[in-house]
Amino acid sequence: MAETYKKVEKQIVLPLKNAFQMSLRSIRIRFGRSSIVTMSIVFGIAFFMSVMTNNVFISNALKNGPESLKVILQQGAGENESKEIWLISLSLIVCTVGIINSMLMSVTERSREIGTMKCLGALDHFVVELFLIEAFIQGIIGSLIGIIIGVLFTTISLLFQYKGIIFSVFPGGEILKYSLMALILGTSLTMIGALYPSLLSAKMEPAEAIRREV
Amino acid sequence: MPKETIVRTIDVKKTYLLGKIPLDVLKGINIEIHKGEYISIMGPSGSGKTTLFNMIGGLDKPSEGKVYIDEVDIAQLDAYELAWLRCRKIGYIFQTFNLIPVMTALENITLPMIFGGMNTDDAMNKAKQLLETVGLGHRLHHKPFELSGGQQQRVAIARAFANDPAIILADEPTGNLDLKTGTEIINLLKDMNKQKFVSIITATHDLKMLDVSDRIVWIRDGMVERIEDRANLDIKVGQFENE
Ligand SMILES: Nc1ncnc2c1ncn2[C@@H]1O[C@H](COP(=O)(O)OP(=O)(O)OP(=O)(O)O)[C@@H](O)[C@H]1O
Ligand SMILES: [Mg+2]
Repeated sequence: MAETYKKVEKQIVLPLKNAFQMSLRSIRIRFGRSSIVTMSIVFGIAFFMSVMTNNVFISNALKNGPESLKVILQQGAGENESKEIWLISLSLIVCTVGIINSMLMSVTERSREIGTMKCLGALDHFVVELFLIEAFIQGIIGSLIGIIIGVLFTTISLLFQYKGIIFSVFPGGEILKYSLMALILGTSLTMIGALYPSLLSAKMEPAEAIRREV
Repeated sequence: MPKETIVRTIDVKKTYLLGKIPLDVLKGINIEIHKGEYISIMGPSGSGKTTLFNMIGGLDKPSEGKVYIDEVDIAQLDAYELAWLRCRKIGYIFQTFNLIPVMTALENITLPMIFGGMNTDDAMNKAKQLLETVGLGHRLHHKPFELSGGQQQRVAIARAFANDPAIILADEPTGNLDLKTGTEIINLLKDMNKQKFVSIITATHDLKMLDVSDRIVWIRDGMVERIEDRANLDIKVGQFENE
């Protein structure tokens, strides 16, 4: 029967541009909530970057710095190494747990919205796209702010500690390298945190996604 | 004119697992609904009306049995066809409204049109018209929490009509409304039913709904208790009220 004429057609696949527009609008209209989520990205990445910046400054100064600086720095060199590893690990953990957790929460609490969109004809992958783009934008913005805060904060505190000589060997290249790393880390953690819950809700039958209580 | 069937359910069953205990909510529902018909599904709370709606609307899968929309078995549809069906063929009015809380009334109504591929400007224009039709032309930019229950209900109705569906599934569309607003909503649905020949399927406790229905399906405990034409209803209404 169905073959004689088409009673059911296929839903059209919306271009990425649509998802992009909707995501941007979604971030804007829930600005308060997205800011809180973005804060946790900022915090995690700022912590990571401040640890890395500090390391880069010190190790660079030890290698190429003026003698006077080396003398001051070497006093605490022994204990520093294990403290460094500990701090880097800690900052990575804070980053991962903080970002993933806040993304999981903020997307899971929108399960009902995902279910509703599916009832109105959204395709699964469109919904997931929407959330990934939203996460991508939040991830980039949050990471960038985090990087700036982390680098600035550490540089200023080093400046207070060692005065101007710390700048005799400004490790710009290294800091840039770690900034890029932090940007990729922050953005991908944000997207991973959003991918799982949005995929989960999108794969559910809409009735189930709507009923799901968080 | 021969009656064309738009919805047909064959032995639809739904069992939920509560922990390890199975709960049979629908126990074999057989109904046939014709094009352009106005059907009321009546039944006490917990009898399975919403569950049946989800099955008919392709929003959940029956545990057993089949649902045909326009003679097409919806279990056979792929994800794209199912999304098209939900977008174009069926308009849903949910018991809990399910409006997107952060979006304005206007934006909520544009959603199904945007998913259907309409451009934003056209969607906005049509959404405005629809809101005027439901008497909310002056509340376009209000968010759901800034609207009363009845007004949210109207937004939900306008959204259901966004893509000119062939079927409207309305779950307790007058459940939260006072007598006057409830009557307005019922009349609105009836108008749409007459003007656009849309098939309307409502779940309700509301006896006012009986007046406009072509047929009434009574369900109890997940089974169809009886189906009646409005023609021989007058006595039955009294009987129902006495129950
Ligand atoms: N997802 C679910 N998981 C478990 N039980 C469910 C689920 N959905 C519904 N039920 C159960 O199925 C029964 C019927 O629920 P349903 O929502 O269909 O009733 P209803 O007729 O719409 O009631 P009301 O008039 O109050 O809206 C209830 O006992 C309910 O607890
Ligand atoms: Mg119900």
